[in-house]
Parts: sequence; C-alpha cells; structure tokens
Amino acid sequence: MTADVIERPPKRRAPRSPEPGTRNLRRGEGLWGWLFVSPMVTVLGLFLLLPILMAAWVSLLDWDGQSNPFTADARFVGLDNYRNLLTEDGLDRTLFATSLRNNLYYVLLTVPLQTALALTLAIVVNQRLLRGRGLLRTTFFFPSVTSSIAVSTVFLFLFQGSGAINRMLSWIGVQGPNWFADSRGVLRVLLSGLGLVDSVAPGAAAPGEGFMGLAWSEWLAGPSVAMSTLIVLAVWTTSGTFMLIFLAALQDIPRELEEAAALDGVNRRQMLFHVILPALRPVLFLVLTLGLISTWQVFDQVYVMGQGEPGNTTLTPAFLSYTSGFEDADYGQGAAIAFILLAIVLVLTAFQRWALRERGPRTEVRRAGR
Amino acid sequence: MPTRTNAATAALCAAVLVAAVTGCSSGFDKAKDGPAQDDKGAQNLKVLIATSGNAETAAVEKAAKAWEKKSGNTVEVQIAKDINQQLGQAFAGNRPPDAFYVNSDQFANYAKGGSLYAYGDQVPDAEAFSAELRQSFTYDGKLVCLPKDSSTLGLAVNTDLWKKAGLTEADYPENWEELEKAADKLTKGDVTGLVTSNEYQRLGAFMKQAGGWVTDKKQTKITADSPQNAKALAFVKKMLRSGSMKYANQVDAGWAGEAFGKGKAAMTIEGNWLAGAMKQDFPDVKYDIAELPAGPKGRATLAFSNCWGVAANSTHRKAAVDLVRFLTSQKEQLTAADATGLMPSRTSALKTYAQKHPESAAWVAGSAYAQGPVTVAGSNKVLAQFNTDLASLATRDPKALLASLQRNGENKVGKGN
Repeated sequence: MTADVIERPPKRRAPRSPEPGTRNLRRGEGLWGWLFVSPMVTVLGLFLLLPILMAAWVSLLDWDGQSNPFTADARFVGLDNYRNLLTEDGLDRTLFATSLRNNLYYVLLTVPLQTALALTLAIVVNQRLLRGRGLLRTTFFFPSVTSSIAVSTVFLFLFQGSGAINRMLSWIGVQGPNWFADSRGVLRVLLSGLGLVDSVAPGAAAPGEGFMGLAWSEWLAGPSVAMSTLIVLAVWTTSGTFMLIFLAALQDIPRELEEAAALDGVNRRQMLFHVILPALRPVLFLVLTLGLISTWQVFDQVYVMGQGEPGNTTLTPAFLSYTSGFEDADYGQGAAIAFILLAIVLVLTAFQRWALRERGPRTEVRRAGR
Repeated sequence: MPTRTNAATAALCAAVLVAAVTGCSSGFDKAKDGPAQDDKGAQNLKVLIATSGNAETAAVEKAAKAWEKKSGNTVEVQIAKDINQQLGQAFAGNRPPDAFYVNSDQFANYAKGGSLYAYGDQVPDAEAFSAELRQSFTYDGKLVCLPKDSSTLGLAVNTDLWKKAGLTEADYPENWEELEKAADKLTKGDVTGLVTSNEYQRLGAFMKQAGGWVTDKKQTKITADSPQNAKALAFVKKMLRSGSMKYANQVDAGWAGEAFGKGKAAMTIEGNWLAGAMKQDFPDVKYDIAELPAGPKGRATLAFSNCWGVAANSTHRKAAVDLVRFLTSQKEQLTAADATGLMPSRTSALKTYAQKHPESAAWVAGSAYAQGPVTVAGSNKVLAQFNTDLASLATRDPKALLASLQRNGENKVGKGN
C-alpha cells in the first residue's frame, strides 16, 4: 500500500501506437502478463484483499465470533457499530474517544521527534571526517533490530518508581513520578503550577459537555506521564531505522551539488535548508508516512507495558480493537474500530502528500517545458 | 491503466477467490444437537488449559494419563499462552478443543454464543460442588460447566511486621474499625498497612461486607448504585486518603502479593494463589492468613474459579464430559489442590483439604460466605472501566463512580450485548 503512496509523480507515458496491426499482439501480451502475475495476485487477494473485505463485512455485524459471519447467525446491524463508536452516548464512545485522544498525542509527539532525531543522526554519521562512523551507525541502529517486546520490558524496569531513571533524576534533586502508575496528563502537570486542579482519570463527561463523551479538559490534558514513556520508547527504537533511510538518501545526493553550493558561498545552515533538505523531500515524505502509519497502529508496546492502564491513558484504538474482539466478544465493533483507524491514516497521509508536494519554480519550469 | 477488460478480470478473480474460500471453510453446525458424534472406539481428545505454572501442567497431564488408561481414549493437553484469544480464534474458526478452561469473565460470552455444551444435567453429583460457583456458571437456568477449583480472598498478614508494630494474633482485625486501626499502626516508613489492587475483584469484598454487590443474586439486574456499595467505597476511600491503604502500583509492585513479599505491605487481600507465589518468590517471609474482617452486614469474601468447558461443536462430547467428571472427582481435585494450592470446588473435598492444609483454614472458611464472580455477557468492558475508575477513588466521589457503573452496566445488560 505504501508503495503507491510514495510513488513519484508519474512520467508522461509514451504515446500509444495507433497501428491496428500491433493491437492483437498487445492483447496476447496482456493475457500472458495476467498469467505471470496471477500467483502474486492470488496470494495478495487471498491474504490481503479478501480478509479486508471480510473484515468490512464483519464491521457491519453484531458478531460474537462463535458462528459463521456469512450466514444469518450473525445479525446484520448496518452502521450500528460505527454509530456506537462515534455518535451514541455511552461507554463505547467514551473509550474510543479516550483512545483517539491518547493516540493523537502519541502521533503528534512521536512522528516529529523521531524524524528530527533520525535526520540529525543521519547527518552526523554521514560526515566524512567523523571517526568511528561505522561504530556509531551500528550503535544508533541497534535499538531498531531489538525486539519491541524485549525493549518494552526493559523500559518497564527502567521507569519503575524506584528504577534507574528515577534514581538518576534524584542525583540532580528531582523526584521522578511513578511513571507507569501516573495517569495525569503532562500538560496538566505543567499547568498545575498555575493553579489548575489535579487531574482525575478520564471518565464519562456530563451529557452535552465535551466532545464524543469526553470532557474538554480530558482532551486537552495531554499525554499522560505513562504515555510519555511510550513516546520516548517509540522515538528511541524507530529513529535508527529512519536514520538508515535518511543516510541512504544523503549518500545519494550528488557530491557536485554540494560542491557547487559551496562554491556559491553558502554557509552550513543554508546548505542544510536549501540544498540537503529539498533533495531529501521524497525520503522525508516516506519517513513521515511510515512513522504516521506505525504510530497510529501502535499495539505491542501498549500490550506489554500498560494494557490501557493507568486510567485508560495508554489505551489506543488498535489495542481497543483487540480487546473488543477477544475480551468482549464484540468482533463487529473491533472491526469497525480498525476501519475508522484506516480512514484516519488515509486522510492524514493524503494531507501529508498535499503538504509536501513539490512547489515553487521547479514545478513551473516543468509545466513550461510541456 | 484500468480498462473494462481489466476490471472484469479482477472481478472474476475476486469471485473465484470468494468461492474458493467459502468452499474451503468448514460449515458451522449450529444445529440444535450439534455435530454428529463420534462414539466409536478410541477417541482422541484435545484439551486446552491456561496453566499457572509447571506444577499445574504436570498435575493435569498426570490426571489425563490416568483417565487415558481408564477409558482407552487418548488426550492431548495443550498449554495456552493467552487462552481468551486462543479460544476466541478457535471458536471463530470452528475448530475448538474438546475440553478447555473457561475464564469466569468469558463464560457468559461463550455460553451466549452457544459455544459451550451444557453438561450440568449429566453430572449426577453436581450438588456436591459449591453452590455459589455453580450459580456463576449457570446460564439460562442451566448449569453449563463444572467449576475446576475454587479460591477465596483472605487477609494475609506479615507476622514479623505485625510483631514489630506491637500487635499480637489477638489483634487480627475482626471488623472494619479494627482493620483501619491496625493498618494505621502498621504504616511506618516504607511499610504500608494494607496494599491491594484497584479492582472490584478485591474491593468488591468490602461492598459485599456492607451488604451490597454489583448485581443481584441471579445476576439479572445491576445494583451498583446502592447506598451499601457507596458506604463500602467511602470506607476504602477514607483508608486510601489516610495513607494506611495503597494500591499495588502506588508502592511500585506489579501486584499486591509482590508488595507483600517484599515487605512493603504488612497486610494484603489475596486468594489461595498467594501461597504458591510466596513459596516460589519469597520463601523466607512469614505470614498468616486471617479471614477478611466483617463489615456492617457481617462477613463476606469473594470466590474465584474457572470452569471446565466442553465445546458444543466437539464430536467427542460424551468422552469430554467423562474426562471432566474424572478431573473434577474428589480424588483428582485433592491431588490438584496439593500441586497448585487452589482449593477443591467440591464442598466435601474442601473439608479434607482443610485438614491437610491448616494454614489455609481462613480461605476455606471464606468459601462458606463467598460471593462468586460476575458472569454477565458483555460486562467485561463495564467492569474494566469500573476498575479504572477505582484507581482514582482517593480523589473521586464514590457515588459518582457507582452511578457510572450502574449506567454503563444497564446499557450493556439492557442491550443484551
């Protein structure tokens, strides 16, 4: 799926040959083409397209997972599952809104941080004069090849109330929070100095107050302290992978380009913003898109570290989808959550593509050339 | 370039795929009597269990071997990593194991979905099992499955810390006031008087002691917003605010037993599984188990159990029921109890167990007045939310918490979901 999203603007196709004689030949080619790709089409269809279609059907059912969803045993309820999640007041909607809130903050912080960190690391290890580059590259890349479950478990120990992180903080006189038990939003913690009340766990809002069953104060509370540790974990583990992608792209930038810029007398700052970054644009788009998709689907860290605790502040839509199915035997709702998630990712990716489109003189030049 | 031919080909491909998959998928047989039974000769049964450790696995495997010899059938015991997920998948794929553990929180979901074979009427001595647990595993007026074992909550007391605070055995709290007083006395430095978890599966004992509970006796109505429940939570809140009671995660422990073993808690409220955990992780800590203190409405505790489910879609139901009856027989229950520390679910076996394990006397005593788990379909999410709310009980109004539990519960139960 990502492959066609990151596809570069298509080159103009060669004009079709109008001669009628070649048409039959082409037809035969098409048939052979289909034959050759049919194994892949079958595999993709069986394991990707078909399950997606089946899940879409399930999301319209009240299905408990204990009957055949393609018979009358599973009640067809239309858009009820979506309605429960989005418009109808109740626990389902409050939980879904909470999970969206949590994940939104997770994405807003993780994606920029990991991209910036990865780019910085890539630029650092790309310097030809740096000694021990190989060692540094390996070190930075190492977290990415470690299993996320193992890393999560290590983080659990590091961030215990009496863990290494808090001990280090105590050396500089800071008393760290009990990270994984702290459901207070960090924004609220920061603002509490200004006289705001202490936070309470997200509960149902009074009817008519807030948005989607969650009070405005909850929407604005920011990621909880516990969620922040998940964000740190995600940034730390993924920046290595993205560093590698940036590094490959950096080495692809023609040396002449930088030399030409240097001859024109640009300083390092201008070099970064006017030469390197524009050259990295397609890769930047790739990294942002991959980051966006993976952060909206965060599951394994949540499963290991919090399972939604404390106070539902590490609940994410992907995890909620899982529990709806396997804990609450409400597979229809689980599938509905997955499709809403898909819609969010698609919309945001489209927005990103629009925001990062090529602008300015280069486009003009190309148009003029047509 | 998508042309009409291509679209047609794609449609054809999709149609072929759908036909292939639906053709291959096994038919769900939701007929009233279930699938045709295989009664002939030696049968091969698949059993899925969620084990608490090697001791339990070995006990089940040994018992299964004994049954193999007796019946001439074969049994394959599989260990589940995540039994809810694995069973969910097995039911959805229509390939369930023949017999399996059913978590009490999943019981109603499976029973409602028609996945469990109600074999209660084929057990002549069903009355011998704890009435409270039988009630929990009854769906639609029928006893669906037999409780595998039982455990109740007791008050675990760290005897060294107890002595250090100048208390004696005579001071084991008999009522709420004494509990509060003792906890106050014990709270000193790193030690918290009472540590438990923010779950209705622990704090619910107080609700029951005050004369309330989440549901009525038959589990047909949600009775969360009763004044009795509010009274219980108000008491808990008072203790939380005074600092003499804390949740396990507040003292940096994964569960209350860990805090207790590490000496961070002088008292905790846990069930029989505590004995095994203490033996394994903290063998040097000395402790006693006392009965939970009585509330305004007398003594009460909570009972827990899993049940032995038999799949409605099994083709070996008769043999599976026979296996379950063997595994839950008096003799096997007592052997399993010695291995796992969990109590038998047969009332008569309980007496033998109490004689053999005098240290567990308080847990055994509890089963006389214990409340079984809530087994209402669709209640998991609601109760999980209640547990989440209980985490912030110290700063919130108990009545508001209970009102939200009542509303959410009525929503789910009313929807029949």
